[in-house]
Amino acid sequence: MDLTLSPADEAFRAEARAWLDAHVPAEPLPSLETEDGFAAHRTWEAELAADRWAVVSWPEEYGGRGADIFRWLVFEEEYYAAGAPGRVGQNGISLLAPTLFTHGTQEQRARVLPPMATGETVWAQAWSEPEAGSDLASLTSRAVRTDGGWRLSGQKTWSSRAAFADRAFGLFRSEPDTPPRSASLARAVPPSPHQGLTYLMFDLRAPGVTVRPIGRLDGRPAFAELFLDEVFVPDEDVIGEPGQGWRIAMSTTAEERGLTLRSPGRFMAAADRLAALWRERGRDPLARDRVADALIGARAYQLFTYAAASRSTAGERLGPESSLNKVFWSEYDIAVQETALDLLGEEGEQADTDWSESYVFSLAGPIYAGTNEIQRDIIAERLLGLPKGRR
Amino acid sequence: MRFLLTTEQRAFADSLGSMLTAADTPSVIRDWGRGDHVAGRALWRRIGQAGLFALAAPEAYEGVGPLPVELVVAFTELGRHAVPGPLVETVTATVLLTGLDDPGPAKRLVPALVTGESTATVARSGSYALDGDTATTRLSLTADGALRLAPGHGPVRRSLDPARRLTILHPDGELLAASTPFAHALLWARLATAAQALGVGLALLDRTVAYVRQRTQFGVPIGSFQAVKHRLADAKVALEFARPLVLGAAVTLDPADVAAAKVTACEAAYATARTALQLHGAIGYTAEHDLSLWLTKARALRTVWGTPGECREVVLSGGGHRS
Repeated sequence: MDLTLSPADEAFRAEARAWLDAHVPAEPLPSLETEDGFAAHRTWEAELAADRWAVVSWPEEYGGRGADIFRWLVFEEEYYAAGAPGRVGQNGISLLAPTLFTHGTQEQRARVLPPMATGETVWAQAWSEPEAGSDLASLTSRAVRTDGGWRLSGQKTWSSRAAFADRAFGLFRSEPDTPPRSASLARAVPPSPHQGLTYLMFDLRAPGVTVRPIGRLDGRPAFAELFLDEVFVPDEDVIGEPGQGWRIAMSTTAEERGLTLRSPGRFMAAADRLAALWRERGRDPLARDRVADALIGARAYQLFTYAAASRSTAGERLGPESSLNKVFWSEYDIAVQETALDLLGEEGEQADTDWSESYVFSLAGPIYAGTNEIQRDIIAERLLGLPKGRR
Repeated sequence: MRFLLTTEQRAFADSLGSMLTAADTPSVIRDWGRGDHVAGRALWRRIGQAGLFALAAPEAYEGVGPLPVELVVAFTELGRHAVPGPLVETVTATVLLTGLDDPGPAKRLVPALVTGESTATVARSGSYALDGDTATTRLSLTADGALRLAPGHGPVRRSLDPARRLTILHPDGELLAASTPFAHALLWARLATAAQALGVGLALLDRTVAYVRQRTQFGVPIGSFQAVKHRLADAKVALEFARPLVLGAAVTLDPADVAAAKVTACEAAYATARTALQLHGAIGYTAEHDLSLWLTKARALRTVWGTPGECREVVLSGGGHRS
């Protein structure tokens, strides 16, 4: 048991801290979920990338620093402690990039990753459909073979960042003989709805794509519906084998829920800010327990992550336990933001403050990346060994 | 950075766990609660022989410690098997005695605690001493910092946990130290209690998972219902996030980390107890069912050696992550 970082890791921390001190904007950027704010965040990504701080865990050839997971955790601690802006490239960096590192081709990595690192290309995810949410495998958007590629048709929704992003990635049904779940239930021996799906990348400005932004709770277009009508995608934008998309996507969602989507640094910084707010506002004894729990929860999440990272470094694969992570951080995040708004009193009602923005953002946590109900089913069935039942 | 138990540490936990499984602790616990300590003291000696109490004592007092990580690993197993007796108090007494300026009292009392031949209880004035009726060494600590060897105790009072026998120590007795540093011993008391609570919670979860897999209603195991699954999933989340706090606190021995571990492990165990009771239904509400031995301990551990409120206060005075 050793919780100390090596001198080299501490030197890395000092270097990151110094850079952030010198570069983090003094005034917060406008909201990421507005056109101006999106552009400002894109510029910030370019500034990070220019000094190779955008994607520290990637290999150097793609703009990273080849940092191991502990250094990445250190970077994240420093990043959020410095109050640096939210990451507009998050979808691409934490979902698509790991998929490309595992399942993509050399050509795809060389073409897709560098502009992702600089923020030149911002990616949106295109998983959900109007009739395929938690039951993602029932999706019906199609990819039909054509000369040199595929034609995509159908509808995607809740596509985060799509209102202002450049490209998107998602799953499409490419083998019509493997129908979605609802149709397959009628058969005597149904083929799995997980078969016949293909993982594709496509341009949000390609002919046939209509993007309709959706206002989230505060009205800001944080996500969008995508209408696809015979959208051409070249073969080079298929990830992995056609028909194997489900397996490939599941490895991505495990990453999303697991170590890399929400780093402990983010919550440690939020808890420290909450504790500072509580002190400034006269240490309300009625809020005392909640503030203490915010500090404790961040420490628990940090140590849980160090343990998971240590196991991962020792060669263990993190499987369904990533569901524990997702339930924990998503509920924790809301509790912290709610406590802050309560401490702010009447001011807490105001929109467009850092705290209210974080609050609205946190409310989506238990819903995306697999709802917490689905995560609890996974915990119960795969970690505790309870029998499958009706969802 | 390597926040993982070693193979040796895991093997130590496994061998202790196997020994305790074979010991049939439920019958030992029930005897102990009735004031029949024969089986409990025999088990205690075996735990001493396995090296558990040596973990808190330095070599000068025939121990192998201090080894707080091994200690929490071991206490998690003790909690998992709901082993009765003043386990935390014996560790606390060991740390307290070996931390005195005068090595005399520790030289005299600690070696027998290390081997498991003796047991100890500790109480601050006004607090209950656990198992004061059977403890060989009774330490009482007065508000002015004097540490005394209490000659006796008042009547035994019942705890909500029938395995815990509460006593008030007689205030006089031999003076061991006029001024006693207690803060460090309190850290060990909280740490051991946190680990014990974690083990209690893990056992409650295991037992309840086993129960809902075999209990059938409406023609299917009740464990196939989402309402049941999700409660157990929440218990699993709470326990798995308490675990790294307990281990981390053992590594740092930082007061805020230890307090965080104490409150979180105790609350996770208690929440799991509530779930365990609900999912067992009426049978879980009986003293006859062995589940009660863990349910009631989860309640008792919440308030010993630091209430949830006191522990949260320590966390807040720690100043946060970037102080």
